[in-house]
Amino acid sequence: MNGDRAALLARVTEALRVPAPLHHEKPSKPATHSVTAPFREWLPPVGASPAEQVALFAKQSEVLRTEFLECPSPEAAAQHLGKLAQEHGWKRLAMHRGRLADAVAASLPGSLELLRIDGGYEKNALEACDAGLTECESLVAQTGSVCVTARSSGGRALSVLPPHHIVIASRGQMVPDLAAAYEHLAGKYGATYPSFISFISGPSRTGDIERILVLGAHGPKKLTVLLVP
Amino acid sequence: MISAPEPSTQFHTDADRTTADEPRRAAVRKALGNYKVARGKTESAFTSWEHARDAAAAIKYEGVNHLDKYLREFEEKFTARGGKVFWASNSAQAREYILGLARERGVKSIVKSKAMTSEEIHLNDALEKEGYAVVESDLGEFIQQLMHEPPYHFVFPCMHLKREEISALFERELGSAKTDSPEELTMIARRFMRRHYIDADMGISGGNFIVAETGMISITENEGNARLTTALPKIHVALIGIEKMVPKLADLALLLPMLATAGTGQHLTCYNSIYGGPRQPGELDGPEEFHVVLLDNHRTRLLADPEQRDALHCIRCGACLNVCPIFKNIGGHAYGTTYQGPIGSVITPHFRGLQDWKHLSGASSLCGACTEACPVKIDIHHHLLHNRRNAVQEQKVWWERLIWFGFVELMKRPWAFKIAMRLAPLGQKLHALVLGTPLDPVGAWTKTRAFPQAAAQSFHDYWQERKAARK
Repeated sequence: MNGDRAALLARVTEALRVPAPLHHEKPSKPATHSVTAPFREWLPPVGASPAEQVALFAKQSEVLRTEFLECPSPEAAAQHLGKLAQEHGWKRLAMHRGRLADAVAASLPGSLELLRIDGGYEKNALEACDAGLTECESLVAQTGSVCVTARSSGGRALSVLPPHHIVIASRGQMVPDLAAAYEHLAGKYGATYPSFISFISGPSRTGDIERILVLGAHGPKKLTVLLVP
Repeated sequence: MISAPEPSTQFHTDADRTTADEPRRAAVRKALGNYKVARGKTESAFTSWEHARDAAAAIKYEGVNHLDKYLREFEEKFTARGGKVFWASNSAQAREYILGLARERGVKSIVKSKAMTSEEIHLNDALEKEGYAVVESDLGEFIQQLMHEPPYHFVFPCMHLKREEISALFERELGSAKTDSPEELTMIARRFMRRHYIDADMGISGGNFIVAETGMISITENEGNARLTTALPKIHVALIGIEKMVPKLADLALLLPMLATAGTGQHLTCYNSIYGGPRQPGELDGPEEFHVVLLDNHRTRLLADPEQRDALHCIRCGACLNVCPIFKNIGGHAYGTTYQGPIGSVITPHFRGLQDWKHLSGASSLCGACTEACPVKIDIHHHLLHNRRNAVQEQKVWWERLIWFGFVELMKRPWAFKIAMRLAPLGQKLHALVLGTPLDPVGAWTKTRAFPQAAAQSFHDYWQERKAARK
């Protein structure tokens, strides 16, 4: 049962018999950077060097109210998390398995209970966690975004259900813009994309009441991105 | 049963009411003032916003003008990964499908993220009538649901409400304590909604883009409610208009920043998520079923009009509302439509009948602010003119034709024109007798303004006189 497929498609084809006039200019310059994203050069500029991109990500994080921190090692990142745990009185932290995530977890204070969700999880148990620790696919310098997928970041809920989302990433995961993030995904997954891909730009927010910014509408109230070499 | 007023009567009544409501208008102006500043800043970060608009328009042009091809491509890719596509010609078919699904799967509670398409087909009413508990999770939509009111603006649903009103509403409906803090109000909704995400067995969302190349849909949001709606319940249904098509995944790398910039003045909204199927093997959560309902509901009628086809390029950023002098004064509810503002005035006549909705195309100053603000270059204000023209051509008014016939005949004959000019002062004397009465033929004008007096001497006569005097 797929509804009115034939009739709907027939109406579309019939409607398109007469071509529509153009209201826009054809791209005035040939694509210089990439074939998939010829519009790239019109978007806000991003520096070419990794250092510039990290600096831009840091700047955007400030605007977005993301806590962004460069750490010399996963141990140092764990130390920072230990500090956060103490400050905010965390009891349980949810996480998924992964090279970076495990390296961080190994150095976390023993008082912090870990909920590992790789074998599945109970929704209420995950909801009751104080924070969720995930890895990511890439960090986007241009917009200060974290790209997560169902495959790289412990499914769909871990990065949105607990009130504090912590991302652990390495410097090599920094990409200049969204187009590069898509290229990276296409290269990594080919035709078998994860069922869920999301670009996270700062903690959850709303402006629905008098257009006044409030953080933590339904998703995390805080977002921390820890960058290790 | 009281029958609903004609759309144009309702429009004029509601528009008059809001126009006289100065505090409400001030609240709307204030909200939109912030938008203008934020958008200006973000727009100027682009190397070239104008070139980006051309590129965005080109992407949507391609998607809409080869819609049949791309719909097939989307279906093939999406179903290959376990998704189900339902093609709905009209709102009844879409509602029936979703209701049938809920019945068949024994659904008890439903959580929804923002979807204007669901407002369009009155999905909540249909579901509630069948006994399903439906809760809107977007904060603004949730407030409007509790108010029993449609959204005021399709991006900012409750922008017209003040915090005191929302606090009173929550006190009444949720039993919360009185507060004047937007943050506390948001947290009340957050706490209330958490249970619903966890307990719901069906999540319903809209969709901002359909990606043909990879068989995915894209959802843009700030709050995280759509992410929770699509992560936890075991069934996900996305209800999307067919025109949301883009050919390639990479196209989103342009359209997402442009949607955010034009919509709210953000570089990128907080969550831009792409969904390509239900939970895949090896993934540890996500819905077991993912249904995409592709909605026509008269979109093909607009598609069949090449002149206005670009109105289907709309990415629903709401920028044309935010800059519109008419919207600022009459507010969103006066329109009486699912889609308010200039773009709503363009498309509603195609969706719901030109003669019933032509008055919206008249409610415009034709200043062109909407066209200038549009990130995908829809020729909005000219389409308002096209609607006016089409409405007249479709149904000519005999007395209007008679008047124009008389005017043409008069203007073709200088002697007749001269006589008419001589008679004008006399006519105005007679006019004074009916001024302010229902017999006044230009009553609509004289109600709020003085009618200009005809000059005692025409310019033509004055010129002749002046020339004669100089000789």
